[in-house]
Amino acid sequence: MLFYTLKRFILTVPVAIGVSLVCFLLVHLAPGDPLTAVLPTDASAELQAQMRTLYGFDKPLPVQYGLWIWRVLHGDLGQSIATGRPVISEVFNAVTNSLVIAAAATLIGFVLGSLLGIVAGYYQGTWIDRAASLISSLGVSVPHYWLGMVLVIIFSVQLGWLPATGGGPDGSGNRSFEWNYLRFLVLPAVTMSVIPMGIIARSVRALVGEILTQDFVQALAAKGLTERGVFRHVLKNAAPTAFAVMGLQLGYLLGGSILIETVFSWPGTGFLLNAAIFQRDLPLLQGTILVLALFFVFLNLTVDVVQSAIDPRVQRS
Amino acid sequence: MSNLVSIEGLTVTFTGRGKPVRAVDHVSLEVEKGSVLVLLGESGSGKSVTLRSLLRLHPEKTSKVSGRIIVDGHDIMALSKTGIGDVRGRTVSMIFQEPMLALDPVYTLGQQITETILRHENVTPEQAHARALELFEKVQIPSPERRLNAYPHEMSGGMRQRAMIALALACRPKVLLADEPTTALDATVQIQILLLLRALQRELGLSIVFVTHDIGVAVEIADKIAVMYAGRIVESGSVADILHTPRHPYTQGLLASRVERAKKGDRLKTIPGSPPDLTALPPGCAFAPRCDKTTAACREQVPSLVTGAYDHAVACIHA
Repeated sequence: MLFYTLKRFILTVPVAIGVSLVCFLLVHLAPGDPLTAVLPTDASAELQAQMRTLYGFDKPLPVQYGLWIWRVLHGDLGQSIATGRPVISEVFNAVTNSLVIAAAATLIGFVLGSLLGIVAGYYQGTWIDRAASLISSLGVSVPHYWLGMVLVIIFSVQLGWLPATGGGPDGSGNRSFEWNYLRFLVLPAVTMSVIPMGIIARSVRALVGEILTQDFVQALAAKGLTERGVFRHVLKNAAPTAFAVMGLQLGYLLGGSILIETVFSWPGTGFLLNAAIFQRDLPLLQGTILVLALFFVFLNLTVDVVQSAIDPRVQRS
Repeated sequence: MSNLVSIEGLTVTFTGRGKPVRAVDHVSLEVEKGSVLVLLGESGSGKSVTLRSLLRLHPEKTSKVSGRIIVDGHDIMALSKTGIGDVRGRTVSMIFQEPMLALDPVYTLGQQITETILRHENVTPEQAHARALELFEKVQIPSPERRLNAYPHEMSGGMRQRAMIALALACRPKVLLADEPTTALDATVQIQILLLLRALQRELGLSIVFVTHDIGVAVEIADKIAVMYAGRIVESGSVADILHTPRHPYTQGLLASRVERAKKGDRLKTIPGSPPDLTALPPGCAFAPRCDKTTAACREQVPSLVTGAYDHAVACIHA
């Protein structure tokens, strides 16, 4: 187990290097000069050159990459061109915010999706299955910004139970498990959870249906297990794949949904990326993408390790 | 009465999709305590369906079962859900054709055995584990303690089938059902498993109902053989009777088509035609279209199973 984890960890190193290279180059592939966005339009050529040297844009690309990576390894993602603040703290705040909402959404989505999927899988072909499948299809296909606005209209405007926008009561970005803070989380998390719910429900339904047709389920019945006993076996067989799907969903949500974060003014990565793109804030853009990509790599690693812990076939074969 | 299993007029019809299929048609069988009955027949002859009926394993929604099944005094068809659950694995247990598919891939073999014991008996997990170890020794699995912690995919086919047998014997059942337990194995492993089953059967006084399409396997293990065709029993009797004086043309055809009989250079004998479509059986004898003795009378009425000397029964008007 430990050996597997270690091996899996070492394998992520080349992936991480590749990811950083892509992050770096992607931004440079885009047309336009990052400095034109911040400098006044009538800035002298001298000033432009000075700024270019200051930010290191005058050096050849491989050198720029090397310098960038060197600083990244020391925890320095550079300064935001637009605000002048260190990228690392901006990204860190945004990632924390997105992580909170993504984790909450994934949790809600996983619980509801698994329930729907299991019920649908067990009653495949009946009206229960069709109802559950309808809900999961709706979850995947409803436009989320629309759903978000509808929820805001119902729960914030009409009922006044929950705040419509913002990341917290005082705007300071503090986090706490008090209801006063958590209530800001409810609407965006619920809105966001609809996607993973639908996807997890569909995967689990297919999974359970497939497991139930396998010989060993009949064999379990043949040794006298009750339906509950057999159900335990079905769950354990379905769990590894279900967790893998959940992990991937968490990864996708971590990227932050620009639409949802915009509707709810949630200060997450989607929000940040959006701003960085519009302001052509290269260091911020690179830093955010890199952190997100590395997070994804790390998440995949975690999913693999967790999966191998519950599914004996993965680690030993 | 020494019959541990008695089946009377068992009829199983599957009504899942399309036309209903009568997979088993008025089958009556008896198995004595401590004897081995082999159900012999080709795919689709209803032998596995008959076997599974003994544990009421057919899905209730898509199958219709009628007749009477008594196993060790339990009226299988009349039992409640809990009642049949108590019989399954305890009085009657089953080994499957493909142990790789019939064992849960994500539980260790030890867990799967102790789970069964704990389901049926009021013992501690430690006692159940000790019993599992004993069983692994009994089915001659080398380094049993280590193998108990193994998952099914970590063992060879032969070892898996031994583990499956250990699992089936976990609660000291009286009747063992074996659904082609050697078909998926290599020839050399096959004979080991058969010998093991035979030895365990003698030692524990088990009754076994053994399903196979392989007449060689049948001869190896059976006390009695019942030959099935298109959901009906066409001939039944002792191994010697079936082997030396087969009376039904189908049994005769099966015996004649064995490889062991053929000399070098001979063409293998085969039964002409193909197995019948169970949704469109002819009104008379189901074997009539493939039989060389067929007369008009064969096509009119299903021949009934007539018992002759030494319990040798045959369902053919020409026999």
